[in-house]
Amino acid sequence: MRIIVCIKQVPDPQASSSGTKVDPEAMRVIVPQGTPPVMSPYDENALEAAIRIKDAHGARVTVISAGRNLAKPVLRKSLASGADELVLLEDAAFEKLDSYATAHLLVAAIREIGEYDLILCGRQAADTDAGQVGSGIAEILKIPCITAASKVELSDGKVLVERVVSDGFEVIEAPMPALVTASSEIGDLRYPKLKDLQAAQKMPITVRGAQALGIDAAGLKRVNLVRLAEPPRRKTECRIIGGETPEEAGANLALKVKEAKLL
Amino acid sequence: MAEYKGVMTYCEIAEGSLPSISREVAGFGRKLADDLGEELCAVLVGSDVGNLAQDAIGLGADTVYVVDDPLLKEYQTDAYLSVMEKVVRKMMPRILILGQTSVGRDLAPMLAFRLDTTATLDCVGLAIDPGTKLLLQTKPVFGGNAQATFTSDFCPQIVTVRDKLMPPPEPDASKQGEVITLDAGLDPAAIRASLLKRVTENEGGVRLEDASIIVSGGRGIGSAEGFDQLQELAALLKGAVGASRPACDNRWLAPNRQVGITGKIVNPDLYIAIALSGSIQHLSGCAQSKSIIAINKDPEAPIFNYADFGVVGDWKKVLPAFRDKLKELLPG
Ligand SMILES: Cc1cc2nc3c(=O)[nH]c(=O)nc-3n(C[C@H](O)[C@H](O)[C@H](O)COP(=O)(O)OP(=O)(O)OC[C@H]3O[C@@H](n4cnc5c(N)ncnc54)[C@H](O)[C@@H]3O)c2cc1C
Repeated sequence: MRIIVCIKQVPDPQASSSGTKVDPEAMRVIVPQGTPPVMSPYDENALEAAIRIKDAHGARVTVISAGRNLAKPVLRKSLASGADELVLLEDAAFEKLDSYATAHLLVAAIREIGEYDLILCGRQAADTDAGQVGSGIAEILKIPCITAASKVELSDGKVLVERVVSDGFEVIEAPMPALVTASSEIGDLRYPKLKDLQAAQKMPITVRGAQALGIDAAGLKRVNLVRLAEPPRRKTECRIIGGETPEEAGANLALKVKEAKLL
Repeated sequence: MAEYKGVMTYCEIAEGSLPSISREVAGFGRKLADDLGEELCAVLVGSDVGNLAQDAIGLGADTVYVVDDPLLKEYQTDAYLSVMEKVVRKMMPRILILGQTSVGRDLAPMLAFRLDTTATLDCVGLAIDPGTKLLLQTKPVFGGNAQATFTSDFCPQIVTVRDKLMPPPEPDASKQGEVITLDAGLDPAAIRASLLKRVTENEGGVRLEDASIIVSGGRGIGSAEGFDQLQELAALLKGAVGASRPACDNRWLAPNRQVGITGKIVNPDLYIAIALSGSIQHLSGCAQSKSIIAINKDPEAPIFNYADFGVVGDWKKVLPAFRDKLKELLPG
């Protein structure tokens, strides 16, 4: 059993939830100073799903991450959490790729690895929010794809997935090799032990550049960014309703809601 | 590129009719087709769905393609993908619009890659560039902290649009259009992943996406029992209960109660946000509510920057008093 997990490095979305700015001229998003790089949260869910399968059935888990200036200690956390191998696709040309180019780049690396039964990706990255790379990889490799998984299991040589839909969930079965994109309901990535984190910093990793992969990733782009703007913000003046006690404040809030005819 | 022409909408069907999102998509499609001076067509895929063709015409379509097959009774990725691939290759629309729904999120990217192009999901703005005639595809990025506008030189230009961006057009029953039936021609070998079952999780009451009042809770609620209190308030106000992602991930509520960019987009008259911090990903899904009330123990919580009224305090103390007072004040 061989599992490949694709993980993107992003600026920590929790640390940059507020205070993020836009430079429209340079068409750049500026996250607050000190925002650390992290593994994109849904990709962490994908890794957790892979490690659970490894725990239950035994598997070799390979993590692939593509980008520029990758923070190796951050990505090595995947090894500490239970992945067996880390492959970094790192090149100045791998910055700001669109979904089409990224999917093709990852496929080039997956083909080099050659063997795989299951590929796991996050349902969408925390920076671009594009939600396409997993589906793209599956289509290029011509393997079935199941998106937004809340549970991933193996049964009789097939992958059995529960996926989140707007009015409930679906149970889907697919032959392998298959690709599954993970949603947060899978559960958080386990917290690695300190000794595993330390050991992971010393494990060998593979780094591949554009030339080694023989890919002109930037030349593969299918979309152009033509504008980047601040979003329209809801303009409000919040009136804080007080009281001697929290209970009184609650009652006062009810009076205010009635007075302002919000109901 | 010259051979690609017109605008196509994928008309999702829910419980035998065209849900609001399909009507909204029709509205976007009509506007773009008019701006291009080209035709609008709609695609209906399902089983026994031909009767909806007239509805699609009334919403603006000049032509409706109907793909009707018992095998298409329920959405299944591979079957629908294969059908849509055929329809798009045959009709060659310049633009294809779907809704940002469970189906649209799943289908649009796979279809795009199958056609060797890419899509832009979750668009909140669509316009035709008057110079290049390209589709300007505007979508939130970084959780909603920025809005990016993309174009693509490759056709079809595929997008999904977020729901509730604008009211759907009024249907015009007198509008004429052509209905063309296409053969699904499904190859069983094309269906790799199979749907074993679909489970509906609706705790009864008002659907989140239709509710005019939403009582929403976050991580600070702490338990499923805590949410019973929110449920009680929602029942009193004839509203629905929503939640932030951690509350759903902890299974205090079903995942389909999640509000936000990876959950549901809501725009009620009143959104009551309790013990949730107001992350950008959550707010993207509810900031368009008419009024927002926040209860949070942290005066610095970002939710207060979006709320009209707020109480700083422990919800366990504030909420029961709020509810009891409302009970007193509300008629009946
Ligand atoms: C790509 C991506 C997509 C995402 N999509 C979504 C989405 O669709 N929807 C979504 O909600 N999130 C989404 N998230 C997660 C989001 O970033 C936040 O992590 C999440 O919304 C935080 O939920 P919360 O406000 O409940 O929790 P927290 O941020 O932990 O806030 C809890 C709040 O409760 C308050 N509190 C605690 N105890 C009490 C008490 N006793 N009384 C009063 N107040 C109390 C605290 O002061 C705090 O403000 C997404 C994240 C990413 C990266």
